[in-house]
Amino acid sequence: MSHKILAKRRLSPRLYEFWLASETIPKYAKPGQFLIIRIDKKGERIPLTIVETSQGKVKIIVKCIGKSTFQLAMLDEGTELAEVVGPLGNSSDIRDYGHVCVIGGGVGIAPLLPTARALSAAGNTVTSILGAASSEQLILLEEFEELSDDLILMTDDGSAGKKGLVTDALESLLEEKKVDQLWAIGPAVMMKFVSAIAADRDIPCWVSLNTIMVDGTGMCGACRAEVNGEIRFACVDGPEFDGRNVNWNELIKRQFQYADLESAALKRFEEEVGDLSWV
Amino acid sequence: MGVRIADRVGMPELDVNRRLKSFEEVATGYTEEMAIAEASRCLQCPTKPCVSGCPVGIDIPTFIKDVKNRNYESASRTIFASNNLPRICGRVCPQEKQCEAVCVLSKMKDKEPVAIGRLERFVGDLQIEREMPGSLQTSKRRVAVVGGGPAGITVAADLATKGYRVTIYEAFHTMGGVLVYGIPAFRLPKDTVVDEAEGIASMGVEFVRSQVIGRTLPFQEIRDDYDAVFIGIGAGAPRLSGVPGSNLNNVFSASEFLTRVNLLNAWQFPEYDTPVVVKRNVAVIGAGNVTMDAARTAKRLGAENVTVVYRRSEQEMPARREEYLHAIEEGIDFKWLTLPTEYIGDINNNVSAMRCARMELGPPDESGRRRPEKVDGSEFDMEIEMVIEAIGQKANTVLRYGFPGLELNPWGFIKTVEETGLTNLEGVYAGGDIVTGAATVIEAMGAGKKAAESISKYLDSL
Repeated sequence: MSHKILAKRRLSPRLYEFWLASETIPKYAKPGQFLIIRIDKKGERIPLTIVETSQGKVKIIVKCIGKSTFQLAMLDEGTELAEVVGPLGNSSDIRDYGHVCVIGGGVGIAPLLPTARALSAAGNTVTSILGAASSEQLILLEEFEELSDDLILMTDDGSAGKKGLVTDALESLLEEKKVDQLWAIGPAVMMKFVSAIAADRDIPCWVSLNTIMVDGTGMCGACRAEVNGEIRFACVDGPEFDGRNVNWNELIKRQFQYADLESAALKRFEEEVGDLSWV
Repeated sequence: MGVRIADRVGMPELDVNRRLKSFEEVATGYTEEMAIAEASRCLQCPTKPCVSGCPVGIDIPTFIKDVKNRNYESASRTIFASNNLPRICGRVCPQEKQCEAVCVLSKMKDKEPVAIGRLERFVGDLQIEREMPGSLQTSKRRVAVVGGGPAGITVAADLATKGYRVTIYEAFHTMGGVLVYGIPAFRLPKDTVVDEAEGIASMGVEFVRSQVIGRTLPFQEIRDDYDAVFIGIGAGAPRLSGVPGSNLNNVFSASEFLTRVNLLNAWQFPEYDTPVVVKRNVAVIGAGNVTMDAARTAKRLGAENVTVVYRRSEQEMPARREEYLHAIEEGIDFKWLTLPTEYIGDINNNVSAMRCARMELGPPDESGRRRPEKVDGSEFDMEIEMVIEAIGQKANTVLRYGFPGLELNPWGFIKTVEETGLTNLEGVYAGGDIVTGAATVIEAMGAGKKAAESISKYLDSL
């Protein structure tokens, strides 16, 4: 089965979109599910949320953070990946909630797209709040424009939309309108603060946990998180949980478990391939 | 009086200092001379208790006689007639609890049983090309095998030799299951597994890799596409103690630690991309074979002090004696009658100590072993920077959502008819750890053999 990179596009510095060949994933993938890729035979297993599918191919959007994601961004179209496994994890709980506010932060905007689309198609009124450091990281705006009843943009530097955080926009929205369901995907810190607002206002709030994973099939527990006081595995029990029940402080610290080794690997890669600032 | 029986021929082993710097195989294998000497110890008793001690019923005395007579091709044929994976079984079967336990020699005063496993390995390692049945795929019937571990490989090979068309669906990129991701290379070299497991391709078995049935491909689709299905997906989920502090950083399941190292070559990081954490003081919880594997792996990766912590005593330890002795040689410490009650973290949520209670053994529990009980007020702290929990396996959660209609037992494992491996669904069979809970490689293979026999009968009845 081919796992070729069919198309690659640079969306902004260190942010890339890929279409990968896959025979089976497009047939079965539902919003909220993820896949795992391995670049080559020495590669690690990288979990990525599915953004979109079309016959024979699947789209992912990748932010370059460590050695493997930089390496991926530097591959040419036509490159055959060692492995693409998916769809994995549970799909989003799509139904007609009424008024749903979906919140995407940074590269988290990408995995939010299929869920937001499905929510809109299910009859919900969808308010989208998208936030990023600056305008060039605000991705998929056309797609969100199309599906949203209301689209609010936020940037840290004010280069697009309003200057401020997605949580600022959420607070103002909640002053004006009743929201029946929240959905937040982005950096853990963002999801933590959205979940805190949700808890305050008693609004259910789905979040997608991007914990460290190995096999992605429930076999190892690397991705575990404390939810409602219990150990849950993001790969098979999630990846979506009600953020109000997640132990965020613990989860955020767990994300740094391999930080030293990750930066050593990136440094070694940079010594091998040269400056990465152009990526 | 009568025959004088020589002492059992010892297994040559790699020097300890070299072991600790590498993942090279520890037991280096018999030479031809050693094999013949060991084979000559066999009494060739007509009752053959060893054969009934073998879960797959290898004709042990016959192959041993062939070794003694240097008739290796015949020995290989005899083994392959019952076992498709002699190189693997010769290494990891607990022979001391099976064939060797019932060897007549072991009943004699001061005598050790014939080293059946080592002889099996010797024959397997000669890699004599096996004869294949004249024509493969003589039947039109197609069988899907879910899971490329010991049970699945056995089912596939047995059915292929009977002429059926078999496809194995494996979740990872390589065949072997627990033989690849679980058992470390110093006990079972990865080339051996891959050669032996993928060798069944020559019997016409097809492999589909990186597909998780019940997740990436619906179970129903497989059922519709094939005449019969065998599910051998392994236990599949780590049992975690759940004591306070379980989610601290550097607290790992043995499954995670070993999968990183074994399946994804983390011991060769950063040459390979998957990292693995190793700290100075490591505690490994449990006392099974996986515990020994994790402890010895941590030591090889550079941990200074590795302590196995077990709530019962040495007598109740489930690990193979051989692995335990290897662990001791390699400098692993053992703390018996000790139960971790809490992991304590530092400001960064990294585990920095482990609170433990001392235990004493009370009356026997349902497993027949004396139940460990906490000694009041015996708590003490151990300074450690890493914990690996190796306390067993639970049922794979994929069964709960990915296999609709399949009947499970209260623990989440698949319910089957013991003699046949048949589940509650027509044409669907299961075997191995996903039926029994974590057991041995050879037991999974035994279940695979039985299932292959029943599947064959079922297919012929269609």
